[in-house]
Amino acid sequence: MSTVSSSHDLEHGHAEPPRGLTRWLITTNHKDIGTLYLLFSLTMFFIGGAMALIIRAELFQPGLQIVDPHFFNQMTTMHALVMIFGAVMPAFVGLANWLIPMMIGAPDMALPRMNNWSFWIMPFAFTLLLSTLFMPGGGPAGGWTLYPPLVLQTGQAFPFVILAIHMMGASSIMGAINIIATILNLRAPGMTLMKMPLFVWTWLITAYLLIAVMPVLAGAVTMLLTDKFFGTSFFNAGGGGDPVMFQHIFWFFGHPEVYIMILPAFGIISMIIPTFARKPLFGYASMVYATASIAFLSFIVWAHHMFTVGMPLAGELFFMYATMLIAVPTGVKVFNWVSTMWRGAMTFETPMLFAIAFVILFTIGGFSGLMLAIAPADFQYHDTYFVVAHFHYVLVPGAVFSIMAAAYYWLPKWTGHMYDEKLGKLHFWLSVIGVNVLFFPQHFLGLAGMPRRIPDYALQFTEFNMISTVGAFLFGFSQLLFAYNVIQTIRGGAKATDQVWEGAHGLEWTLSSPPPYHTFTTAPEVK
Amino acid sequence: MATNRIARAGGMALGGVLLAWGAAARADFALNMTPGVTAISREVYDLHMLIFWICVAIGCVVFGVMFWSIYHHRKSRGAVPAQFHESTVVEIVWTVVPMLILISMAVPATKTLVRMADASEAELTIKVTGYQWRWRYDYLNEGIGFYSTLSTPQAQINAAAAKDEHYLLAVDQPLVVPVGKKIRILTTAADVIHSWWVPALGWKRDAIPGFINESWTLIEQPGVYRGQCAELCGKDHGFMPVVVEALPEAEYRQWLAKMREKNGQKTAQTTSGVKTL
Ligand code: HEM
Ligand SMILES: [Cu+2]
Ligand SMILES: [Cu+2]
Repeated sequence: MSTVSSSHDLEHGHAEPPRGLTRWLITTNHKDIGTLYLLFSLTMFFIGGAMALIIRAELFQPGLQIVDPHFFNQMTTMHALVMIFGAVMPAFVGLANWLIPMMIGAPDMALPRMNNWSFWIMPFAFTLLLSTLFMPGGGPAGGWTLYPPLVLQTGQAFPFVILAIHMMGASSIMGAINIIATILNLRAPGMTLMKMPLFVWTWLITAYLLIAVMPVLAGAVTMLLTDKFFGTSFFNAGGGGDPVMFQHIFWFFGHPEVYIMILPAFGIISMIIPTFARKPLFGYASMVYATASIAFLSFIVWAHHMFTVGMPLAGELFFMYATMLIAVPTGVKVFNWVSTMWRGAMTFETPMLFAIAFVILFTIGGFSGLMLAIAPADFQYHDTYFVVAHFHYVLVPGAVFSIMAAAYYWLPKWTGHMYDEKLGKLHFWLSVIGVNVLFFPQHFLGLAGMPRRIPDYALQFTEFNMISTVGAFLFGFSQLLFAYNVIQTIRGGAKATDQVWEGAHGLEWTLSSPPPYHTFTTAPEVK
Repeated sequence: MATNRIARAGGMALGGVLLAWGAAARADFALNMTPGVTAISREVYDLHMLIFWICVAIGCVVFGVMFWSIYHHRKSRGAVPAQFHESTVVEIVWTVVPMLILISMAVPATKTLVRMADASEAELTIKVTGYQWRWRYDYLNEGIGFYSTLSTPQAQINAAAAKDEHYLLAVDQPLVVPVGKKIRILTTAADVIHSWWVPALGWKRDAIPGFINESWTLIEQPGVYRGQCAELCGKDHGFMPVVVEALPEAEYRQWLAKMREKNGQKTAQTTSGVKTL
């Protein structure tokens, strides 16, 4: 296989990429496509972030100051859709594109043309989605969870939103197929499954989750579409349907989806901590098994998002126990990371700082998750800012911090230049302070009784909302430092060595920095 | 150098958090769930605090080990990395111990859940219907019913007037209930999904069009308890509060009589209106 592709390369002699815009449009190179995904993700991160700042600005004090409630609801809905499908997921796919072939010693992704297509669907999907904000009746305003009957009150935007979701789903499924095909077929000789770097393992499992649940989401939104336009009554009680059935279908997708956004992060952290602790990862095998158990459990816990819909007692108990069970493999992961640090020889470059913050703050999100799993207590927590605090802890200092850690960690490899370490550290400290000022008070707000998704609130919630908004602006604007640092590193900077980090192990570090356009055209030997 | 700076910055961050906490306590910001005014709400509160403290304890251990390691096992202090990378015993221990902790949480949670599910032998049944954007309360055995709508003036929302104490948490006509009686509450909705929530009662329940959910409560102390719609239901989701006024039995009876009279007049009026047509 690999010999075939290398002779193919020699025949055409395209060791160098074509120049100009067409290079990016027609590229089938995993490194180019990885770059496209990552830049796309960064753009969406800022667009979604701007929406979040509109939300937080409105919530700075009680009363309606900046936006009207309908627009506020469009912002909460769009912010979530843009961040989940536009920022976090594409960032991980971009990292997978760049890294998986280099980590397993493959010349490229297994299906390079499809790879091009799965990326180029995304800008169109998001142009479509964002354009709905300008349509009569505005964009979707029923929450990212799209619950009927409310979502059926969306104006002309409705079918466009559904189409955009279908396009994102198609892109994700193609990306997932490509990743599975690459990992299962293109590993270098000697790279057995249990020798694969954990980033590759977690992505393999994530890709299966994607293939399993994206079609479920597609089915759910298609049923919404036919309910609205073709007279079906899947979710309409008046016609014999059931609005709660939508929630079951949606969360059957939605809960694995949240793990789709965290498993690759687990992989990244499992690669960075050993490097900077100069010590092998503790419990490699148990990390793999824990990831697989989390993936399995993620299919049988979905109704913990629906404790208040009025399920039978047996259902509530089942979903409560199953959800609590997820804490066990999650705990194993955290313990393994701490044990990897234990008696290492640590240094604290920016990627390590982000990784350490990840472990602490993700764990805090896990704790609130455990609290939410307790059904009777969730009757109080549900749909309050406590839930908002929970999922932002696992998603921002969780998933997003892991992406930033990865960017700092592999940027020198990708570009051949070291980033500005001082600026990186500054970015880290501002982010970690900002994110806690932003989200920690939201626990208090939720416990004190503030519902989520409201544009205005009672007076006793004022102080913590103000603090939270200050944190939001601090966090948001700090990210400009990140963008600046990344752009400067792409343009130039101190020359990076091939090894880059003293403690780094793995095939990608055996390549030059930056790696040639085509790498591992002959497969390396893995001992 | 760098490590010093990190330590200093970390110290500052921690100091900041503690300071904020202290300030919060002084200003008497609402920080925590309230124990509420029913036996169930207190159970829920105790459960919440139990899990919270268990999480704090686990956090102290895990983060304690981690910070110890960050402090002592750093290259700048001349640490030499060990090379161990697995230990079956440790790995079994930290799978089994969390399981046991989880079971100790699951037992009380199950008990509370079972009690909450039992709405039998209620003395009074009230149907709560969610509308965009107000609530309707129907006393099924008493033959009375009314809408309950936000009474905060628009001027306060637009900052044209000073906000009063119960800004956004006041209604024209609260739900009035007797204390000391088990009340069955049936929730449903007329248009989209809403969720009826009074924190002091210890639970919320979704109001779903076409379906009826059953819950119950038994309020022990007279008082006014405020809550809000908890499920996004459109533009004015933030503006449909729930206000429950719990009265001693005798006062509740008086209120009922007054409502019946008013309702009676209304029905008389409408029927006479129909007649003249
Ligand atoms: C220990 C592991 C976890 C447990 C036990 C847990 C439990 C829960 C529960 C019970 C809820 C529903 C709360 C409610 O609506 O009342 C919830 C919501 C949520 N969780 Fe977690 N969670 C865990 C980890 C995670 C992770 C790793 C992520 C993502 C990276 C995540 C993302 C979310 C999101 C996005 C929501 C809210 C969805 C919405 O309603 O919009 N959680 N979690
Ligand atoms: Cu979930
Ligand atoms: Cu509502």
